Amino acid sequence: MNRELYPFPGGLQIPPHKELSNAKTSLITPLPDSIILPLQQHIGTPAVPLVKTGDKVLKGQIIARADGYVSVPVHASTSGKIIDIGNYTVPDPLGLKAPCIVIEPDGDDVWFEIKPTHDYASIDPKDLQDVIREAGIVGLGGAGFPAHVKLREGTESAVDTLIINAVECEPFISCDDRLIREKPGYIVNGTRMIRHAIQAKHCVIALEADMPEAYAALKELIDDDIDLIQLPVKYPQGGERQLIKVLTGMEVPSGGLPIHIGIVMHNAATAAAAYRAVIRGEPLISRYVTVSGEVNDPRNLQVLLGTPVKHCADQCGYEDKEGQAIILGGPMMGMYVNNMHMPVIKTTNCVLVTSTYNKSPEMPCIRCGQCVDVCPEKLLPQQLFWHAHAKNYDRLREYHLFDCIECGCCSFVCPSNIRLVQYYRKAKRQITQDEQTRSGADHARERFIARNARLAREEQTQNNELLAGSDIGELDKQAFIQAAVERTRAKRAQLGKQENSDDDQE
Amino acid sequence: MMTRNETVIISSPHLHAVTSINHVMTRVIYALIPGILLSVWFFGSGVLIQSLLAVLFALCAEALMLYLREKPLRLFLFDGSAVVTALLFALCLSPYTPVWVNFTGICFAIIVAKHLYGGIGYNMFNPAMAGYVFVLLCFPVNMTTWPLPAGITDQQATLLQILSIIFTGPSSLENFDSLSGATTLGWTKSQLSGMFMITEIRNSPLFGSFAGKGTEWIAVAWLCGGIWLLIQRIIKWEMPVFFIGTVFLISLLFYWYDSSIYLSPVLTLFTGGIMLATFFIITDPVTASATPRGRIIYVIGIGLLTYIIRTWSAYPDGVAFAVLLMNAVVPLVDNYTRPRVFGEIKHG
Repeated sequence: MNRELYPFPGGLQIPPHKELSNAKTSLITPLPDSIILPLQQHIGTPAVPLVKTGDKVLKGQIIARADGYVSVPVHASTSGKIIDIGNYTVPDPLGLKAPCIVIEPDGDDVWFEIKPTHDYASIDPKDLQDVIREAGIVGLGGAGFPAHVKLREGTESAVDTLIINAVECEPFISCDDRLIREKPGYIVNGTRMIRHAIQAKHCVIALEADMPEAYAALKELIDDDIDLIQLPVKYPQGGERQLIKVLTGMEVPSGGLPIHIGIVMHNAATAAAAYRAVIRGEPLISRYVTVSGEVNDPRNLQVLLGTPVKHCADQCGYEDKEGQAIILGGPMMGMYVNNMHMPVIKTTNCVLVTSTYNKSPEMPCIRCGQCVDVCPEKLLPQQLFWHAHAKNYDRLREYHLFDCIECGCCSFVCPSNIRLVQYYRKAKRQITQDEQTRSGADHARERFIARNARLAREEQTQNNELLAGSDIGELDKQAFIQAAVERTRAKRAQLGKQENSDDDQE
Repeated sequence: MMTRNETVIISSPHLHAVTSINHVMTRVIYALIPGILLSVWFFGSGVLIQSLLAVLFALCAEALMLYLREKPLRLFLFDGSAVVTALLFALCLSPYTPVWVNFTGICFAIIVAKHLYGGIGYNMFNPAMAGYVFVLLCFPVNMTTWPLPAGITDQQATLLQILSIIFTGPSSLENFDSLSGATTLGWTKSQLSGMFMITEIRNSPLFGSFAGKGTEWIAVAWLCGGIWLLIQRIIKWEMPVFFIGTVFLISLLFYWYDSSIYLSPVLTLFTGGIMLATFFIITDPVTASATPRGRIIYVIGIGLLTYIIRTWSAYPDGVAFAVLLMNAVVPLVDNYTRPRVFGEIKHG
């Protein structure tokens, strides 16, 4: 089927370097000495541990339960003994530690009881969401948003198009490419299952033109029910908003969600994981990870979640050399880490070893406007930079800071080498923090106003009682009440004024 | 240099295109070379001497200001921006300009127009144009006395004579008047005020095959350098195209109206500083508007002002004034030409 494509604004052509890792069959990584499972591997509230140190667990057993709606459980990725529950280094841009459950594998890799379902079509879409949630499925493309939340959005409103995103637009990463080539059935059937779950009218699987083998593998399994689209290579086409524009011509409203225009998008690996969870009853305990860059044997690995990054790199002939940086994810949006002790988590798609990262000093902005040309969100990166520098948060909002998807195109082309995205991240963090503080202050202020109002009411009631008990005449009584009311009003007005003046200051 | 052992936060993206301020400025300098060589051919070695002096003064002034402002010297001194400013300034000067005029102009450009506004990236006015206008207002006679281009007269100033004019002033030379004359545009202006018609003025030896003698080919060289910059993606096509388009259209309009007193569009485009400005001055990103629509408004404004100043003011050329005037409105233009953000619904 021929679908009309609509190019998204901006973007870049970057050397993809996929050939380093995408030709070799993926390797199943041997069991590491310890499995470290962070309680938070997704966006939302961290999971709550259900086990204690010393417990024996089996592969696939829930060891931490979801806490709240936007949360998913954590499963043991192999059988073994819990040896610690505490803070360990996790993939984090600030290098922080976070609560983790550590398993010492017993080497038997024995499965917990699993409940396969042979026919997803027989399951009510709502129950399907629960199965997917219990299996700990989150978006495997990088953001790690719990999959069931998107599915529920889909069941609650009419979905026109389901898009399965296999556009791996970041350089070096080829884990989805490999997964599709090796397990195309999971992708296609997973797509059909999600479509069933959200009752989407149309369904598209999109990938880029540099994945011909993956395209062929999918093509063989697809009937007319799914549109398989090959797109010209351009970064950041795999961005949710960009891909929707390319495929449908529609723009997700600024600050809105795809579902607002009748679209649900899932990553290809997420669809595969969801299908596996339903059909085979296996929760999300492993994933494909690309190890690429300056290692002797760059390739893709099938890795149990919780496996230390170092262990993965070692499988690919990693040698510690001076001047190398380790990046989790791709070179455009990935996270720089200063050691390799942290585990692979649900959102880890790539381990990149490189010594060619940007080291040049930052110069002043010369307003060349290259950043404006490449911004896929049509923002004005240099104005944002200017206002971020001046900490002018109101102007930053005006210039749509929060529409920035942090794709890094602006920093990439900047002749002055300004780390634009870094400034935006910092400003976003600061604004969010300020908002939290402010909302805290708002609560306090509301409480204060309520208290004053209550005191005023009580005073008035007392006055009334006083009046009722006294023998002054009806007329005076009225005047007395009137005076009390006036007093209260004046007080309230004053409070109101204070509130306004506070607002002015902000 | 950062090693893995340091606890630093390096933010994505980790890849960077092969580009830097130095890379951009170097290419601008390359693109100027053909025009400079042709200028030397037509106007003698004075062009080269002015350029070298300007570069020397500019680097000194830059180094002094960087030192005073406590900025890293090596990083900024050799970013190429001061050299580009100096070359553009020198190319506006007459090859007979005395050294103190050159020095004054460069000092104003680098110290006042550039560094007092905050250095590279922060200057509001194009430094080369600010320096040029400053000396144009201070030393009008020196600025408008040019050598006669090669091909008009057999009598060419020797290197010694040129050095003497530059370092001791034009009065030091007895036969200075026979070596110098007005520019094509200056001549045209004075003749027009003497009620001559363009067709008569056109017969002057100062005119070549399609524009000013000699300067027409130098203008073509700027055009070629500019096209190379476009191919190299150092400048954006919108700016030259809309600027030339504006000047072309407005001059065409008046040429149609009365071809006896208004220059033809080709003459307009290839005389004076228009071609140099098109690719090397209005395209200076620092002082131009930063939004896509704003850039177009900015260059159209320069085009209109250039034509107006050239045609109806006392000055033979107006590019420099036009650029400075439009520099001043850039913040306003930027503010009103913000593009629609992806997914944004514009109200009203």
